[in-house]
Amino acid sequence: MTEAQIYEKLTVLFQDIFDDDHLTIHADTTAGDVAGWDSFNHINLIVSAEAAFGIKIQSAEIEELQNVGQFVKLIHHRLAAKG
Amino acid sequence: MNHLTWLAAPTDWKADLKVVAGTSDVTRAMAIARQNLDFIQTAALDRRIAGNAALTAPLVPLKLAILSSSTVEHLLPSLRVAALRLGFQLTIHRTDYGQYMQELLAPDSALAQFAPDVVLVAFDVDHVLGTGPDDLQADGVASVARALEKLRAVWSAVRQRFPAQVIQQTLLNTTTPLLGGNEHRLAASRHAMTQALNTALATAGDAEGVDLLAMEAAVHAHGLAFWHDRVLWHRAKQEISPKAAPLFAELVFRLIAARRGRSAKCLVLDLDNTLWGGVIGDDGLQGIALGQGSALGEAFTDFQRYVAALARRGVILAVCSKNDERNALEPFEKHPEMVLRRTDIGCFMANWEDKASNLRRIAAALNIGLDALVFVDDNPFERNQVRQQLPMVHVPEMPEDVSSHPAFLAAAGYFEAVTLSAEDLVRTDHYRLRAENEKAMAAVTDLDSYLRGLAMVMGWRAFDHEGLNRIVQLINKTNQFNLTTRRLSEAEITAMIGSPTHLTLQLRLSDANGDHGMISVVIGALDANHLLTLDVWLMSCRVLGRGVEKAAFNLLVQQALARGVQRIRGLYFPTPKNQMVEGMYGELGFTKTGTAAGDATVWEYDVSRHVPLTAAIDTKEF
Repeated sequence: MTEAQIYEKLTVLFQDIFDDDHLTIHADTTAGDVAGWDSFNHINLIVSAEAAFGIKIQSAEIEELQNVGQFVKLIHHRLAAKG
Repeated sequence: MNHLTWLAAPTDWKADLKVVAGTSDVTRAMAIARQNLDFIQTAALDRRIAGNAALTAPLVPLKLAILSSSTVEHLLPSLRVAALRLGFQLTIHRTDYGQYMQELLAPDSALAQFAPDVVLVAFDVDHVLGTGPDDLQADGVASVARALEKLRAVWSAVRQRFPAQVIQQTLLNTTTPLLGGNEHRLAASRHAMTQALNTALATAGDAEGVDLLAMEAAVHAHGLAFWHDRVLWHRAKQEISPKAAPLFAELVFRLIAARRGRSAKCLVLDLDNTLWGGVIGDDGLQGIALGQGSALGEAFTDFQRYVAALARRGVILAVCSKNDERNALEPFEKHPEMVLRRTDIGCFMANWEDKASNLRRIAAALNIGLDALVFVDDNPFERNQVRQQLPMVHVPEMPEDVSSHPAFLAAAGYFEAVTLSAEDLVRTDHYRLRAENEKAMAAVTDLDSYLRGLAMVMGWRAFDHEGLNRIVQLINKTNQFNLTTRRLSEAEITAMIGSPTHLTLQLRLSDANGDHGMISVVIGALDANHLLTLDVWLMSCRVLGRGVEKAAFNLLVQQALARGVQRIRGLYFPTPKNQMVEGMYGELGFTKTGTAAGDATVWEYDVSRHVPLTAAIDTKEF
């Protein structure tokens, strides 16, 4: 799966979680840019992404994520490791 | 992430959200909540419910207090949506983390003001057994007893303050075994203590009327990894994983619904490809798959066994099948491998009408609500049609393979029960007898009560000048309910007014719906031998089927007796149009005495032996 495809799929997750059909995301999008992106929804985002991409994100990785770009890279990395 | 597998998946989710945001149609909103939603969709739906003040009655208001030791924030949307799914309007109060005992005991606490209807006690293992490493030298049995006492103290504090249902979540055993498969031999390990405590909770809960939210059964069905995510426990103290929230909430609300008698009561089954493989009308008794001989046949037997056991537990069974009734009954009566017998079925509907109409009849015959029905059909078309027409009926999505039907239906939890009475165990008989009585009496009882409800009054008078026009009209126009079809001129009829040799009646009918005017005419000729011969008896077809002719005959006999009549002679002259009254004299109690003028029949009646006929009509002179 390319990073572009990951962005596409992740955009739908963001739109569903933040209940905003017009929400767009970019590499430098951070929690501060999205209304409602609090620690509660951060977990929802992780859980949704794990289910949508069929991956597991580790405890330490959750803490490290600073923006959408890092999140996409992490998903890409996990998917590549899965083969 | 969608684990409410017995519910249909949404087909137009965005549109559903818009509907729930604005509708005042509670049934429609409930139908939308009755879909297989994941926790993200559930949260979106919850926001629409919260924003729509019109979603109230007939939802039942319910106040739920959650006493928890871990994070439950992420469970609340699912709880509110599960409430809507089962017909409740939910308000939730959470006690502050670890503050539940203070809230329970302080008389003016927020919890006391909230006055809950239901209290959910949801503690994690760490809270109940402590976080220290396993002390294997300790007395495990005593530790379990102490933990149980702590929980009992909570229950009794709740009970002293509120007349609420108490639901105790059994411990989600997130501890790791130290010994392995024979962990019970290490009674002081936290894993063994958790198991022992869960066992003890069942007994203690029974004794104190506390309902258990059985997490062991839930873990058995879906696995610990589904319910509990260790990463999220460490990060956010979520004991229940967000993706499990919709199912967790469903389990909670099943208990709440069951305690309030709102669980489903009746399992309505299709026949072909639901109770047996194949189509009985086409494949015949030998051709259907049922019982030993094939894996498919065994699977249907297995499903029937589960259904039969449900019936013995108190679930009413009904059949709703598009079939000729004779074909549908044949396997029940003749197939050696049928587990279910006709006597297991409380109400049996096999015909060619649509299933929604038959489900209505089943609910009426059993005298239960449509929302107490669970309808199982292999055909998606029938399922969707019923969902659309009767959104209150529970219609599970059945998997194609019948092998999984028992587990699937059990997972759907429609028949959740918190208590079991002796009556439950004999219920089907009771409902079957009731349905049979209703079926036998439906035609008679319902018509009679309908007719009585009409409050009919028949007014009568001998012929007079006021009624002349209408009498002439009826005599010369009436074709169907007309025994002799004898036409008379106005002059002939006028001659009968006040005539000593004629008994004439003009009859009017009025009822709750209004006045039907003059609807019947009778003319009898009197002779010296006390014989009254009925030359004319006719009635307007507008008032057929109400017993008017019976009331008219009672009146006629009464008037005849007053004139010294001993016998009444009736004549029937057949025409191409009056076949409906061919047997009328016979039905009224006349004896056929012969024929006349070709194919006419002659009837006689001995008035001295008259017993008034029953008719729901008052008779009076006008």
